[in-house]
Amino acid sequence: MGLRKFVDKIKPTFSEGGKLGFLHSTFEGFETFLYVPNTVTRKGSHVRDCNDIKRVMIVVVLALIPATLFGMYNVGHLAGEEGILPAFWYGFLETLPTIIVSYVTGLAIEFAFAQKRKHEINEGFLVTGLLIPLVMPVTIPLWIVALSTAFAVIIGKEVFGGTGMNVFNPALLARAFAFFAYTPQMSGEAVWYADGKTGATALEQLSTYTAGSELPYSVSDAFFGFMPGSLGETSTCAILIGAAILLFTGVASWRIMLSVFVGGLAFGYLFDAVGVTEYPAYYHLLVGGFAFGAVFMATDPVTSAQTNTGKWIYGFMVGALAVLIRVVNPAYPEGMMLSILFMNALAPLIDYFVVERNVARRKKLIKNVK
Amino acid sequence: MSKNIKLRKGLDIKLVGKAEAVLENTPMAKSYAVSPLDYENVTPKLLVKVGDKVEAGSALFFDKNNPRILFTSPVSGVVSAINRGEKRKLLNVAVEPDQVQVYKELPVVNVAKAERSEVIEMLLQSGLWTRIVERPYGVIANPEAKPKAIFVSAFDSAPLAPDYNFILKEERAAVEAGMAVLAKLTDGKVHLSARKGDEGYMAEVKGVEYHTFEGKHPAGNVGVQIHHIDRIAKGDIVWTVNIQDVAIIGRYATSGKLDMSKVVAVAGSEAQKPLYKRIISGAAIESVVGSVAAGVRIISGDVLTGVTTAADGYISANANVVTLIPEGDKYELLGWAMPRFHRFSVSRAYFSWLCPKKEYKLDTNLNGGERPFVVTGLYENYLPMDVYVSYLLKAILVGDLDKMENLGIYEVLPEDLALCEFVDPSKIDMQQIVRDGINLMIKES
Repeated sequence: MGLRKFVDKIKPTFSEGGKLGFLHSTFEGFETFLYVPNTVTRKGSHVRDCNDIKRVMIVVVLALIPATLFGMYNVGHLAGEEGILPAFWYGFLETLPTIIVSYVTGLAIEFAFAQKRKHEINEGFLVTGLLIPLVMPVTIPLWIVALSTAFAVIIGKEVFGGTGMNVFNPALLARAFAFFAYTPQMSGEAVWYADGKTGATALEQLSTYTAGSELPYSVSDAFFGFMPGSLGETSTCAILIGAAILLFTGVASWRIMLSVFVGGLAFGYLFDAVGVTEYPAYYHLLVGGFAFGAVFMATDPVTSAQTNTGKWIYGFMVGALAVLIRVVNPAYPEGMMLSILFMNALAPLIDYFVVERNVARRKKLIKNVK
Repeated sequence: MSKNIKLRKGLDIKLVGKAEAVLENTPMAKSYAVSPLDYENVTPKLLVKVGDKVEAGSALFFDKNNPRILFTSPVSGVVSAINRGEKRKLLNVAVEPDQVQVYKELPVVNVAKAERSEVIEMLLQSGLWTRIVERPYGVIANPEAKPKAIFVSAFDSAPLAPDYNFILKEERAAVEAGMAVLAKLTDGKVHLSARKGDEGYMAEVKGVEYHTFEGKHPAGNVGVQIHHIDRIAKGDIVWTVNIQDVAIIGRYATSGKLDMSKVVAVAGSEAQKPLYKRIISGAAIESVVGSVAAGVRIISGDVLTGVTTAADGYISANANVVTLIPEGDKYELLGWAMPRFHRFSVSRAYFSWLCPKKEYKLDTNLNGGERPFVVTGLYENYLPMDVYVSYLLKAILVGDLDKMENLGIYEVLPEDLALCEFVDPSKIDMQQIVRDGINLMIKES
């Protein structure tokens, strides 16, 4: 309990009126990180489930780990490093700065807002901070990472009132910001992997794919992730491990995840059937950010549909739109980001209609009585 | 004709310290109290002062909003204290009991032949009217109103809830007489709902519409039962009465004597011997639970909906169980990251799903800090009603009366959302929000 005594001793310094009172929220953030507070129930239910938002968020971070680790390895692998460990180490060093910059920028802003608004620090950024590097190209300049993170957190989240009130997924917003503001560094044919090594992503090759030729990457390479792409998105296999964790713990909605894949497959088959595309529909699910978006982005509870019926519609539309953008719009080979952001904006509308049906059922009751 | 209703949603929280089926008589307590705080929206006006002699059934105060509603003393004795809190708010009126109880002469009518108004007057005079709850809003029934139906739940599904079949084993005549009284109060039906497979004599009670329910908590909540039997629409009024209160009403209607004795369970991990005790309503809590160690919370009621009671306080009139659990005012190092095998969670991010039969010793720690609404789709799994919980709560938070009405404020009471509050990782005080919403509706109507 030595640590506890130390925390208690320095607590007054950081409390309101203390010398470092302006760091009140920051201190509290660290204290509650270290210790579950001794707060007891005052109103309502006297006992509470031991689950809290910290645990929820840490499960998501845990689910992201396989994709992160594989992404690091893949960076080294594509750069030509031999062996698993050297390749991983190479990728680790290559990506660590991006991760640090993302966390430091975002958390600093979060802490500042929490202090200003006098509320506790929300744990949401623990996830966002890791998602941002995972959806960015590995070689992206760090100042772009910092700028997009700041944009996403301030404009995407805090102006709406902070965690729980945001309309768009902050990590995707960061990517969208970088994508549109710094297009040359984000897309085109000559980016995506480590120093000196460049190459086109599978999706860009697909946009010029003609029937009969080889697929740019074999199905197994695409599934296990031995191809260029953003850090976290390449390995569908690693992403599925994360998906299993999220679904088993019930943190992410299985309805959304399933319906995104169904929507993507359905439109993939549709385009295949009418002859717009020549490659198999399931290939859509393996390349680009489809799987990553379906598992980690579309399922964000705050920005997705909130009603169960709404989740089915929302998920299906995310998958379908992503494939639609990929196939029909030549300007954007990757459709997942735009499709999720678009559906983020539409999700409240979907929910509105679902909830209105509930209201209508209730109103019908009145007529029955009279 | 009985109908069985099966509910899939809900949760049974298994706690250590279920009351054993043993009934113990308790001696007369040193003091009894009647509190206006056990009821919603009552503005009390005193009828007695300290030192007055009262009989069992004498009115102690009435409700200024509706002067016909009297609150009567459960025992005869001397008014020993009128306790007030901040801004002179009346907390309770305490009565020191006589050794030999004297019962006030109260009007009694032959229920079978009497007019509805006579039955109402009889209940009002005895103070038993206060035991009739009106929905929407969960307030004391308005004697001028005519409910479309009356609902009684014959079982309680909350954690460590008392077993009414055991409590009312010898009270069949009283329950039946009480039901006959209720039948007088409505032109509609009196609905009685029991737990399937544990029905006791409830299935044979005459003059009621009988239902059985299957499923986890809150299947025993009368609000949930109403939702599945005959939903409350805008403009509807229904009344509900606790089954033990039905027996008390029945006893009074047959004998004319206000006998407020009842049986409560004493339960919880900190109860020395969890069992049932016969007490008189409003007894000093000390006479029910004995001396309680520091660091134990005494709850009048169950762990989800009960009220915290001080060691020198009184049992709430609404309580049929007193639960004793440890306070949780301790820090837990990195608790949110630990496996926490000894704690319960509905989330599989913890491990309680591994041992579904295990009984837990839960404390009162909030287990986290309050956060905005983040998770979705969780709450609806713990409320077997066609209500979108987070939408309703948000409508209340912004004070939008139309939305509250549209989203179901008439159908819920705080107790119905207690489970949602329990499972919520954002630790939002939902019952308080619902209560605030209801009070806003009352104020604006």
